Amino acid sequence: MDINVLLEYLPLYGEAFLLTLRIGWLGILLSFFIGVACAFILYFRIPILRTIVKAYIELFRNTPLLVQLFFLYFGLPKLGFHISALSCGVLGLGLLGGSYMTEALRSGLEAVEPMQIQSALALSMNKRQIFAHIILPQAIASSMPPILANVIFLLKETSVFSAISLMDLMFTAKDLIGLYYKTTECLFLLVVFYILMLLPVSVLGSILEKKVRYAGFGE
Amino acid sequence: MNEILVTEHLHKEYEGMTVLEDINLTVKKGEVVVIVGPSGCGKSTFLRCLNGLETIQDGRVLLDNEVINPGRKNLTKVREKIGMVFQSYELFPHKTILQNVTLAPIKVQKRDKAEAQKEALALLARIGLEGKKDSYPRQLSGGQKQRVAIVRALMMHPEILLFDEVTAALDPEMVREVLEVILALAKEGRTMVIVTHEMAFARAVADRIIFLDGGQIIEEAAPDAFFTHPQTGRAKKFLESFSYEKK
Repeated sequence: MDINVLLEYLPLYGEAFLLTLRIGWLGILLSFFIGVACAFILYFRIPILRTIVKAYIELFRNTPLLVQLFFLYFGLPKLGFHISALSCGVLGLGLLGGSYMTEALRSGLEAVEPMQIQSALALSMNKRQIFAHIILPQAIASSMPPILANVIFLLKETSVFSAISLMDLMFTAKDLIGLYYKTTECLFLLVVFYILMLLPVSVLGSILEKKVRYAGFGE
Repeated sequence: MNEILVTEHLHKEYEGMTVLEDINLTVKKGEVVVIVGPSGCGKSTFLRCLNGLETIQDGRVLLDNEVINPGRKNLTKVREKIGMVFQSYELFPHKTILQNVTLAPIKVQKRDKAEAQKEALALLARIGLEGKKDSYPRQLSGGQKQRVAIVRALMMHPEILLFDEVTAALDPEMVREVLEVILALAKEGRTMVIVTHEMAFARAVADRIIFLDGGQIIEEAAPDAFFTHPQTGRAKKFLESFSYEKK
């Protein structure tokens, strides 16, 4: 392995790293909002919307992200919607993640004790207040392990973005290998940067998990 | 005529079974009504009908002449006037003690945060728990949690307080600290409806005892009269179950 090659490629990887991180986090943020909205719909059994949400979840959980991205990137323009590769990546990741986040949050919502809701009702809180202040925070706390697993999974899924010519880590690595055949160095940097991205998430995640776990409030 | 709470011919069914039958009860301002009766007699259900946590099939519940009915729009408004304390405390585990007691006043009653916190701290000081304001419920003992739950109910400035077997889940040595808070409230002239299994406490705190059995009011009497001379066989039998003799 040539250290000079590594140093030379480092800035390129750095840029790709930032782009990947940006798409990743925006997508995850979007997936979280989608997840909260859909879990809300499922939890309160809102008619019609509930069926749509269920169909959405099945559709996105049972198709690969790559296929979803192709559909968004090449299919939507045919239908008259033009979106950039970047928003396409964020949207794709958000929609895929949203279906997983929904399931994670739904189980958390169902784990909230009915008596907690009754006690909030007795304090004359309305449905919206109870959901926002009582049910959701407790649901997020108990859904933390699957939510974190989803975050890590989604960050890793960003590696397929190269397919819609986003200059992410995977794209950069493949590009450089294609140009200069420094395969070892390129793949080495690829692994290093993915670990750099995911290790802090795993570590911070498990700290966060301990902090908010239902039984652990106040520890 | 200073009735706060009235139930008229209250009838409650659950899955085809009659749980409460023709309950007529009037609670006057400042009165402490204690409901006793064997397990499963419908005491807790009755209490939960009073603030609309349970639906009723017939009759009505009136608070200040306003009908309480699950499904009605005014329900949350009427509920503000009714404080409730549960057997299992039901503090919110993800909120600190101070947040627990100020959440509803700030969010529901839109009171000023600083003012609500000031009142909360004063009330917490009264029960000796101001030092726990930043603790979480799980760091408190059962008795402490239940006292906080009482403060949480008081923070809404209710006209009437409902207590649902609030000491049933507590270790014996913690029962007293909770009951003394309730006794102090009775002395202040608070209107309360209390469901309890603590007979000595019931006798001390009550202005009136209601004996409920099989979903019906069997006996209604002043505490001394009820505990010394119960009028019905069922009440006698119920009270006997609390005393022990070596045969």
